[in-house]
Amino acid sequence: MARRTMRLNGRDIGSALLTALWFAFLALPFLAVKINPVEQTVTWRWHAIIYVALAAFLLSLGGSLYRQYRKAHLARKSQNDLSSEQSLFGRLWATRKIRLSLLAALTAAAITFPLLFSTYQTNIMITALIYVMLGLGLNIVVGVAGLLDLGYVAFYAVGAYSYALLNLHFGIGFWSALPISALLAAFFGVILGFPVLRLRGDYLAIVTLGFGEIIRLILENWNAFSKGPSGIANIPRPGFFGLDLTLEGAIIYLYYLMLGLVLFTVFVVNRLQNSRIGRAWFALREDEIACQAMGIDKTRTKLTAFALGATWAGMAGVIFAAKTTFVNPASFTFLESAIILCIVVLGGMGSIIGVVLAALLLILLPEYLRPLADYRMLAFGAVLVAMMVFRPQGLVSRVRRTYVPAGKNIPDE
Amino acid sequence: MDYFIELFFSGLTRGSIYALIALGYTMVYGIIGLINFAHGEIYMIGAFTALAAATILSFFSLPLPALLFLSLAAAVIWASAYGYTIEKLAYRPLRHAPRLSPLISAIGMSIFLQNYVLLAQTPDFLPFPALIPEFAFLAPYAGVIGSSDLVILLTTAVIMALLSLFIKFTRTGKAMRATAQDRTMAMLVGISVNRVISATFVVGSALAAVGGLLIASHIGQINCFIGFIAGIKAFTAAVLGGIGSIPGAVLGGFILGLTESFATGYVSSDYEDVFAFSLLVLILIFRPAGLLGKAAPEKV
Repeated sequence: MARRTMRLNGRDIGSALLTALWFAFLALPFLAVKINPVEQTVTWRWHAIIYVALAAFLLSLGGSLYRQYRKAHLARKSQNDLSSEQSLFGRLWATRKIRLSLLAALTAAAITFPLLFSTYQTNIMITALIYVMLGLGLNIVVGVAGLLDLGYVAFYAVGAYSYALLNLHFGIGFWSALPISALLAAFFGVILGFPVLRLRGDYLAIVTLGFGEIIRLILENWNAFSKGPSGIANIPRPGFFGLDLTLEGAIIYLYYLMLGLVLFTVFVVNRLQNSRIGRAWFALREDEIACQAMGIDKTRTKLTAFALGATWAGMAGVIFAAKTTFVNPASFTFLESAIILCIVVLGGMGSIIGVVLAALLLILLPEYLRPLADYRMLAFGAVLVAMMVFRPQGLVSRVRRTYVPAGKNIPDE
Repeated sequence: MDYFIELFFSGLTRGSIYALIALGYTMVYGIIGLINFAHGEIYMIGAFTALAAATILSFFSLPLPALLFLSLAAAVIWASAYGYTIEKLAYRPLRHAPRLSPLISAIGMSIFLQNYVLLAQTPDFLPFPALIPEFAFLAPYAGVIGSSDLVILLTTAVIMALLSLFIKFTRTGKAMRATAQDRTMAMLVGISVNRVISATFVVGSALAAVGGLLIASHIGQINCFIGFIAGIKAFTAAVLGGIGSIPGAVLGGFILGLTESFATGYVSSDYEDVFAFSLLVLILIFRPAGLLGKAAPEKV
């Protein structure tokens, strides 16, 4: 088929002009005007409006081009009936040699990272790894089981605070606190899970959000229990067989610990997805009623999703507390839940590699683009919307495992 | 007793604002079954636009009522424009997507708008001028009910009445009800469903803007995060009354406002938000259809 050249006609330009005007109008009271009600003065910033209009104009033109491209692409596709719909990444990944060398390079990079880079960089990497773990945990609940949990940060808080409090009152160390906190978080997951079992998707989202806020508000206001907004300080870092580590050593140790835990998480989550319960989760996500009709115990399936998701958040919380040696309620706001959700959505719901990539991307990019760090949350919001509108399957869409009986060719539909 | 009455009126004032915002949630939910998470942000945008308008207009030394009405007009116009644009950008492309997609998109929109205002203006609290005049005839009751309380209550009552008439008798209102009942059928009888949905967003946003201006003038300060909590609480009110039901939203707003007012007055003000959230969780567990809503059986 001859390649049609894409061109813009007058209508496209007209609509782009209208869009530009509309967005300039929208931005007027916010970007053009900077109010200072104390001194009763107004600063006018007309250049901002011009930028907005220009951006809207260009985006609108780009949108028209994209639509034309899509149309041509779809037409071509239906002509050739392309069967291989795999992405470049997927094709590369399928090649054994490339996959092995890629994995080897990654392993080498991960192991040598703290030796090559400064403690500061290692610290950032630990944070990123914590988010990988949180993302993988939330992925079980949102991505795999399809239960939108907006209060995930509550379990993270439970983990962090249970280590902090257990240590403060009973002197319990990191290694004993890790399983205890994980269990506690799982317990909270079940507590939250029970009442919301009957709720449909969107109600569930709001209740979990309310639950997350309740936990944070309790931590903030119950001074006798959690020391309120001032938080708990001097939480010990994990010990290394009773040796006292220097600060630098402790951070490097924590890095390897975290690396191991992330690998463990990836392993477990991967195995879970193809297990009986994992497949029950997928079924639940696709259609609740059909899933029940197939004889899957809805209650148990949902509760295990909540509990297992919460477990990882609890462990991540312990590590967070040990890393910063300080916890206070300000670390566990709704925005944190939103960031983790953003990781899952960007990565592609249910895809492990996607979530890992997305977590590294979303946490490391703002760290290294410091001047843009202020725009981080703005970008997160925009990413959530854009992903839903343009690429709901995420960066790396999960390839469904299909079971083909040996020696049989399954005919196409 | 005076304390009780004071709490009662402050509860009603709060409740009116919750009701005004809850109407937007409930109307949108009734029509497209989406929790418009960004609705609280629309309320915040309304309040900010009103502040900008009032600050600029105050240079022209207008009388207070004129200032109030012009700021209100600006707030309503811009909030509606934002509501319309949000629907078009973030929800319309997802009309036929799985249920979770528009909800996630709405959360993204909410975060985006919050940070947009934060970056464009300021993260700090800004003082908001008292746009509602002090009435002389209320002076003897100053401890019990302020003039802004009275104005908020009356405005809410008038708006509710107008909205009910609008929904019941106008062409657009009828089209809204038809679309809420059955979108496909509405389309078949020639209703432009997209236009009706846009109209719903515009009306809901306008109501939220009115609420934003009134409460900002009553409390005297705003910042870019007010939308989040107000949005959640208004949503609670909508669910409490039965989401999708317009009288339910009003009833839910008042119940929530009174509960909060009495709970903070008699129990503890530290846990103000905990009461609202607990109420939400309890209703959803025990009566998910709300007080006035009908439980819809899930169809296969």
